[in-house]
Amino acid sequence: MLGEGILKGLAETARNFAGSFVSKERMTTVEYPEVRLPLPEAARNFPFLVYDGNDWEKGLRCVACQICEKECPPKCIYIEKSKDKKPDYVGKPQIYPAKFDIDISVCMSCQICVEVCPFEAIKMNTEFELSTDDRFGGLLLDRKELAKSNEYYHTIHPTEAREVDARLAQEKAKVEAKAKTAAEAAAAKAAAVATGASAAAATANPAAAPVASPSTTKAAEIAVAPAAATAPAAPKPVAGTGTDGPAPMTESEKKAASEPAKPGEGEPKA
Amino acid sequence: MIDRLDQIFVLLKHWILGYLPASLQTPAGVILSVVCIIGLYPALFALTTVLERKGVGRIQNRLGPNRVGPFGILQPMADGIKSLTKEDIVPTSADAVVHFLAPVILVVTVFMGFAVLPMGRNMVLVDMDAGLLFYFAMGASSELSVFMAGWGSRNKYSLLGAMRAVAQMISYEVALLLSSVVIVMMTGSLSLVKIVEAQNHYSYGFPHWFIFTPWGLAGFLMYAIAGTAETNRSPFDLPEGESELVAGYHTEYSGFKFALFFLGEYVAMFSISGLGSTLFLGGWTAPLAALQWVPSWIWFFGKLFVSMCVFIWLRGTLPRLRQDQLMNFAWKFVLPMCLLNLFVAALWRFLGEGLLRWVICSGILILAYAVMGSAEMRRKHFGPRTYRYAE
Amino acid sequence: MSTSSTPLGNVTARLARSEKLEGKPEGWNRPPVIEVEGDSELLELAMGPHHPSTHGVFRMDVVLDGERVIKLKPVFGYLHRNHEQLGQSQSYLASMPYTDRLDYFCSLSNNWAYALAVEKLVGQVVPERAEYLRVILAELTRIQNHASTIGFLLQEMGASGTPLMYAFRERELILDLFESLTGSRMMCNYMRFGGCRVDASEAWLDGARKVVAALPKFIDEFENFLMSNEILMARCQGIGVLKPELAVNAGISGPMLRASGVNYDIRKVDHYGIYDRFKFRVPLGDHGDIFDRYMIRMLEMRESVSILEQALKEVPGGPVMDPKAKIRNFRPKPGEAYGRIESPKGELGFYLISDGSPNPYRYRVRPPSLINLTVLEDMCLGSNVADVVLIFGSVDIVLGEVDR
Repeated sequence: MLGEGILKGLAETARNFAGSFVSKERMTTVEYPEVRLPLPEAARNFPFLVYDGNDWEKGLRCVACQICEKECPPKCIYIEKSKDKKPDYVGKPQIYPAKFDIDISVCMSCQICVEVCPFEAIKMNTEFELSTDDRFGGLLLDRKELAKSNEYYHTIHPTEAREVDARLAQEKAKVEAKAKTAAEAAAAKAAAVATGASAAAATANPAAAPVASPSTTKAAEIAVAPAAATAPAAPKPVAGTGTDGPAPMTESEKKAASEPAKPGEGEPKA
Repeated sequence: MIDRLDQIFVLLKHWILGYLPASLQTPAGVILSVVCIIGLYPALFALTTVLERKGVGRIQNRLGPNRVGPFGILQPMADGIKSLTKEDIVPTSADAVVHFLAPVILVVTVFMGFAVLPMGRNMVLVDMDAGLLFYFAMGASSELSVFMAGWGSRNKYSLLGAMRAVAQMISYEVALLLSSVVIVMMTGSLSLVKIVEAQNHYSYGFPHWFIFTPWGLAGFLMYAIAGTAETNRSPFDLPEGESELVAGYHTEYSGFKFALFFLGEYVAMFSISGLGSTLFLGGWTAPLAALQWVPSWIWFFGKLFVSMCVFIWLRGTLPRLRQDQLMNFAWKFVLPMCLLNLFVAALWRFLGEGLLRWVICSGILILAYAVMGSAEMRRKHFGPRTYRYAE
Repeated sequence: MSTSSTPLGNVTARLARSEKLEGKPEGWNRPPVIEVEGDSELLELAMGPHHPSTHGVFRMDVVLDGERVIKLKPVFGYLHRNHEQLGQSQSYLASMPYTDRLDYFCSLSNNWAYALAVEKLVGQVVPERAEYLRVILAELTRIQNHASTIGFLLQEMGASGTPLMYAFRERELILDLFESLTGSRMMCNYMRFGGCRVDASEAWLDGARKVVAALPKFIDEFENFLMSNEILMARCQGIGVLKPELAVNAGISGPMLRASGVNYDIRKVDHYGIYDRFKFRVPLGDHGDIFDRYMIRMLEMRESVSILEQALKEVPGGPVMDPKAKIRNFRPKPGEAYGRIESPKGELGFYLISDGSPNPYRYRVRPPSLINLTVLEDMCLGSNVADVVLIFGSVDIVLGEVDR
């Protein structure tokens, strides 16, 4: 009959109207800003730099390797390296960024900088209420504004932060164990591999020049390979975190590249 | 006591007029009633805009406006301030006099219709013997303003929109008239007061409203469709469609003149609903004999409120018809049904009392509806379809 | 035919398929079929970029005779953002977030198409769990896209946004799922070459199952609300008919093609991903008008729900990313690849030529929305102005894809 479909439509609408007073499913409005919906844990907005401890300058994890600057698609990161070094979380002196600017009016929140950072130094923040009336300066965040503590990281992404902490603690323990075994082995075998060490030093030196820059030359890979053989494999992808895939080099591998003389770890296949 | 509550406005008016000398009483009485109407209906319009936005919002699973005042009740105040303070832009090539007069004429003619509507017992501004005729004369005059708006804007898109609107309104005017002619036929009078009086009887507690008869129900449905089209409401609101090409006859209006068009449209809705409830739903009479103690004007405005809710409901649900489909519908479906309705009403009168006339009249109407409806659909090959799946 | 020198050596452009046919294909570029009677004045109108119902910044220059359309020329390019040039000037990984923004409604489908193309280029194998996740996310994307398209149709028809709000209510649930997995509601940037970026937890899969379980009821409600509505039928049936021969010759793909009756669904033709493991049907229409297109989309939503139910039941464990896949310094060997998927809009393809450097030598997107638009004039000739808006809506374009 003509008009039946229209009546069905009217019935549907009336049901929604009545339902909007009683059921949550039919009244999905949330009155922002009085009520704010909690964001899921994996939400991401703009990046921030993580620092350990209480002093943001001393505890900043970033070592100005400029990997994120290179990989950032819209090129919104600007890094200037410092002239001096400061010790990182395992105690090794590293350079740090003298300037680290992110232009959040350009940043597209793609999270690639987080994925490629080998030092777990940059993570995604969830804060989105960032409006300002200063069109250019207000949206250019510098190092101080970007640095947030590890405790803050725990509050916004607890699962991820716990895994990152576990990984860093593991690396630290590994480095310390390796330093101990290295010291013991060096004392025992110093005389035997004197000639082998000089040959290894000659080939591995060019690769060791900039400590933090990811060198993909053959020599470094070969220097890395024996270290990788002994060290446990790179961090596996874990659920719900921002990192995945094998990071090109872990801390221990970097240390292996920068310290060519590693007697007892096997001959480099030069 | 109940009588006093029912007649409270009449008594109030007489009391105020008591303070004036006898020679001034009649003109002062008229002016007082007119001022009341002009004050009341825009206030109702303000309330209806909030109701509409909140109603449509709830239908769409969201809250309507709720920031201005509790539950958003003061939203029309904000809208009013906005429309008053907006710049009034008049195109230089526009015909200034016509452009200015169009909204004025709309508002004036629409308000004139209220002069003959009985809003309660003894609450009619002018008790004309040809009240219905006067009402339709005013309604037709309001179409002039639509055309004036389109023409005066000197804008080909507005003109297109205005011509479409006028064509639509004229076609449905015929249907409107024919569906009310049935009532005139059955009561034998053009006076709205007498029409309401004719419905003021009760048997077994139920009223003798004309909607409770087969021809009355059919007439009411046709009247409702025609009334929706007259006031350019959804699903017939192509002339003012926002997502269509032409933005309608009120494109070139801004600020307060636009608000006047808006006001005119809503007050026309009130007016047509008021007439519809007077003709078919018994005006100010109560729906059950037992409820006669409630004042009559409450019933009238209650029926108005229900009509508004139905308009809002239709707006939130139905997509709009295209112009040629609209006109097709008017001339090929509504008009023949109205003519048939006249015939059926005459049959009703001549068959005399009893069950027979109910059966025959309802049967004819339902058969005609089914036949014409399916013929319409089949002609254009409309209909639900089934789909096949690939192997 | 032209020969150009590239790092791959001299490449002769392949013959376009239409050149091989004798004469012009049927229905292609024929002159308008409407003859103007007498000396009635023709009205030239620009349904300009600034218009509430053109799905973005898009212009249509129409020539009208009264209410009928005589000529129609689509003008686009208002949203051109140099996507392909950007793709050629940055690394493969850096293009991935830009593919999100092509068809911004279906970002995960775009990601998958690009990842597919790169995986073909280097011969990468994707782990099973990643394939399942990809299918789940792609079908969820399809559902929310189709629901929104139908909602937009009714919005344009004047139903004051009510069905749109219902569709968006469901879409919000799906977007919440996306946010809890990928971090962002719309610009997901989730697929990588060799799998997916992060793994989905069991809690997420349970949430997805809940959402999918509630979908059939919503689709039923939606269908009830729309499809027997007489006004809808009067406005959509018989309007904007697209003949199957013209559709095939013009390169149309997606629901538009299937509504004209041509059985071509890339999920069944190419067997990409793991679609072979799921049982689903491909609905076909008979008339090729607007009503068919919307009903096909509605039926495809139901098929997507069935695929989702099957996929969510049997998601295997394992890694979501090939452990040997390289993220940075990705240098594929010289070669070319064309990866295509059935996106909700049609056939979305990425053509990549690599010359061994970190940036692609040529990066080309085959945008389904643009190619589906080429027959807009043929569909609109002779119909009313009010129908042009509806026909345009039924093509279902997204300007980000048309203009790239």
